[in-house]
Amino acid sequence: MRYLPLSDSDRSEMLRVIGAGSIDDLFRDVPQELRLNGPIERLPMHASEMAVERHMTALSRKNMVAGEVPFFLGCGAYRHHVPASVDHIIQRGEFLTSYTPYQPEIAQGTLQMLFEFQTQVARLFGCEVANASMYDGSTAMWEAIVMAHRITRKEKTVISSGVHPHYVSVATTMAKFTEDVLETAEPELSAETDEERLIGRIDGETSAVVVQYPDILGRIVDLTPIAEAAHAAGALLIAVVTEPVALGLIKSPGEMGADIVVGEGQSIGVGLQFGGPYVGLFACREKHVRQMPGRLAGETVDAEGKRGFVLTLSTREQHIRREKATSNICTSSVLCALAFTAHLTLLGEKGLRQLASLNHARACETAERLAAIPGVSLVNDSFFNEFTLKLPVEARPAVHSMVEKGVLGGVSLGRLYPGVDALENGLVVAVTETATDEDIAALEAALKRVVQ
Amino acid sequence: MTVNPSGWRPTTPANEQGEARTVTGNRALMLEEPLLFEIGSTEQTGVDFECSPAQATAQGAATAAPSGAPRPRPWPGNKLGNLARTHPIDLPGLSEPEAVRHYTRLSRQNYAIDLGLFPLGSCTMKHNPRLNEKIARLPGFADVHPLQPQETIQGALQVINELAFWLLDLTGMYGIAMSPKAGAHGELCGLLCIRAALEARGDKREVVLVPESAHGTNPATAAFAGYRVENIPANPAGRVDLDALKARLGPDVAAVMITNPNTCGLFEPDMKAISDAVHGAGAFVYCDGANFNAIVGKVRPGDLGIDAMHINLHKTFSTPHGGGGPGSGPVVLSEALSPYGPLPFAAKMPDGSYKLVEEESAGDEHPKAFGRMVAFHGQMGMFTRALAYILSHGADGLKQVAEDSVLNANYILRSLEDVLDAPFVKSGPCMHEAIFSDKGFADGISTIDLAKALIDEGFHPMTMYFPLVVHGAMLVEPTETESKASLDQFIMAIRSIAERAKAGDQSLKAAPVHAPRRRLDETLAARKPVLTWRDPEPARAAE
Repeated sequence: MRYLPLSDSDRSEMLRVIGAGSIDDLFRDVPQELRLNGPIERLPMHASEMAVERHMTALSRKNMVAGEVPFFLGCGAYRHHVPASVDHIIQRGEFLTSYTPYQPEIAQGTLQMLFEFQTQVARLFGCEVANASMYDGSTAMWEAIVMAHRITRKEKTVISSGVHPHYVSVATTMAKFTEDVLETAEPELSAETDEERLIGRIDGETSAVVVQYPDILGRIVDLTPIAEAAHAAGALLIAVVTEPVALGLIKSPGEMGADIVVGEGQSIGVGLQFGGPYVGLFACREKHVRQMPGRLAGETVDAEGKRGFVLTLSTREQHIRREKATSNICTSSVLCALAFTAHLTLLGEKGLRQLASLNHARACETAERLAAIPGVSLVNDSFFNEFTLKLPVEARPAVHSMVEKGVLGGVSLGRLYPGVDALENGLVVAVTETATDEDIAALEAALKRVVQ
Repeated sequence: MTVNPSGWRPTTPANEQGEARTVTGNRALMLEEPLLFEIGSTEQTGVDFECSPAQATAQGAATAAPSGAPRPRPWPGNKLGNLARTHPIDLPGLSEPEAVRHYTRLSRQNYAIDLGLFPLGSCTMKHNPRLNEKIARLPGFADVHPLQPQETIQGALQVINELAFWLLDLTGMYGIAMSPKAGAHGELCGLLCIRAALEARGDKREVVLVPESAHGTNPATAAFAGYRVENIPANPAGRVDLDALKARLGPDVAAVMITNPNTCGLFEPDMKAISDAVHGAGAFVYCDGANFNAIVGKVRPGDLGIDAMHINLHKTFSTPHGGGGPGSGPVVLSEALSPYGPLPFAAKMPDGSYKLVEEESAGDEHPKAFGRMVAFHGQMGMFTRALAYILSHGADGLKQVAEDSVLNANYILRSLEDVLDAPFVKSGPCMHEAIFSDKGFADGISTIDLAKALIDEGFHPMTMYFPLVVHGAMLVEPTETESKASLDQFIMAIRSIAERAKAGDQSLKAAPVHAPRRRLDETLAARKPVLTWRDPEPARAAE
């Protein structure tokens, strides 16, 4: 076995040192009737690297690869070009095969990287502080809701109809068990967002208002009036960002008054990966930091006075506080945070703005062309790199028909909101810098055919 | 898994022993690296985009873009509403050579499995096979969108289904939830299944019992799931006190969370009796599977009467820990709990195709699902690695994994028991981790000092001060991927340090002296938290 260094003679010698007659003697606490007598059934014996690679490669070929076809899916996961150096950096063994940095003297690499990550996330979101990552955007949103609950000591949360339905589903699942009250709604296929509904729902019982920015249909909502209404009622505004590249071009949620900003960091550095692992982003005001979930890297000095970094404020965390912790989260998503921070460092402000501009320009052009197809109309007044079309036919079969033409043409709202008739003609199309002219032409041609 | 309750504060060492200082602060291969914010610039970038139309025209290169690359064209006017950004973000960038050097230098300040023994108890820091990295990066896995139509993701669903099948085979359980993102998330999934099952029978129970020796995530998860937590004591042999547990069971107890093998590195021989008692009281048994490495391929948790157990793919199945994640925490479930498992999941159809069961179709196929835990399908990148790991080892290899991990731990236990107090050594062999206490250390010397001295010897310290039931605990988990030579060197180092600790060698208090940093002031960090970089004030004033 290539992964096991002990030889049979090592094993014999070690058993002798231990004073055990056989390996079974070491398992004597396991009652005999509970031990398996031989290798587990069904599972084949060990396999060569070549054989495993062959099997796994065959499985991988059964998937349609985004980069090999005209590709326009978004809705919480975006395909951007990731520089080759990012993958090189995250494969450095000292990052890849290290543990949570509990021994800071020999984990300064991870800790400094996380401190830089926290700073980048805070600046991007327009917040004072950010943590060292969460599992993903959807779980980060739930953690934000319960954090707001802890701060305001109120239980009602009003969730915008523009929030990703899977995120809402995670929150409603969790709320069943915590007795938080969530007010949710489905979006309308309209340029108008539900800002007025949200503001109308805020009352003295409201802990938080949750708004996605840009929202699930790609619309860009002005958060300022919602923040003002929330604050006037003693509630917090939670903003959810599923496409952080947008913030290269549009105002940050923090500068519009959001108190907690969470997001999905996948679109910077991480890649699609069929939904995971991704990286949850979490930022807030400094005054709320002690209610924050997750790990935090902080600056300090060592015994010689040199600057260094440690995990800090861990008295919020489960390994110290146990049942009184702010969250049960332990392992988070540090390697994905490294991919995020390395990609953002390579971009810098200049590159991020260029990338965002390129995305927006491509999306504008594509929207214009697709909306010119007879029967197809553009729902959005505003968008970044993702917009919603209203088709003259049901969008879900249209997506499947486009697949037959070799085009991954978007996400149908029927997939995200099954059974909601008013949304079934909606198609969400994301256009990033990876879409070529040929890709856009292929989408246009495929869509023309399916709506005829 | 390490805390420092000793209240230790660093002081500048009095004696530098004449170490030559360098002008740069560098020490040969150990290179100091400034923060990104001190070396980057908002005007610098390490990414090139296609030329803007103006640049292209100026250079007469309008048609020079390679075929298929996005050709720039005049902007059609922005559609950003009135929300275009007006303030700079202040994100410094680096060119590619600078960025690669920045992160490479930082990486060299980290300890890692690739460098040496990483004996963190309960963390299972084993070798991460590089084949698995290659597999996870195959475009058919890495470049697939989670919302692609099902006919385009058959391979991805098959991976999930195959991995689920082998995890069920290895655990002898009935059903599985693949989507939880890490161990603690899996615990939450398991407890929510339990809660849903109890509520389905109209049984409102409020208490979850957790042994004192449990991981902190156990009580935190129970609280997060809306339960009140009560501790159950350990007996002097380091096991759950069965009588105390039985005495506490009652109609208000929803579940008992047990770790087996437990955090003292011992198998709970009464596990079946514990399960029977818990079931007899109408409650469920949750097992923390963090320590599954000791028994994989040897014992099936399903045979122990367990109702739910998470499996840390980033422990037993070697997906890289990455400095703190991503993890992956699939949860295996008993027949009683399986109907309540979350959505979505991948089902194999009679025709051999795979189907993603989501909210839409769940009504018919999985009507009792308690809900959804994550936006998409879980940690696909970890599933591919874990499946490759399982297939590489096979039935014989996984059994050997458990045996070698237990052999390595017992070798350490027996090789150190004469110099370190091993509180449970009289109870017999340990499983895959060996536990020691600080009993016998001279006054003023504690576990943290031994741990920090280990750093100077080139090892990552063990888990310390956990579990809480052992004073000054040192929990050593070598894993099966360490050679005998590696263990022997580690043993030699600990023996030497333990002797110094018992002799009261005060120089231990200064350790580490050879690491990139000396001991860091954690109290200062927590008292005045500095969590983000802020440009020094004079620089701001000068702008």
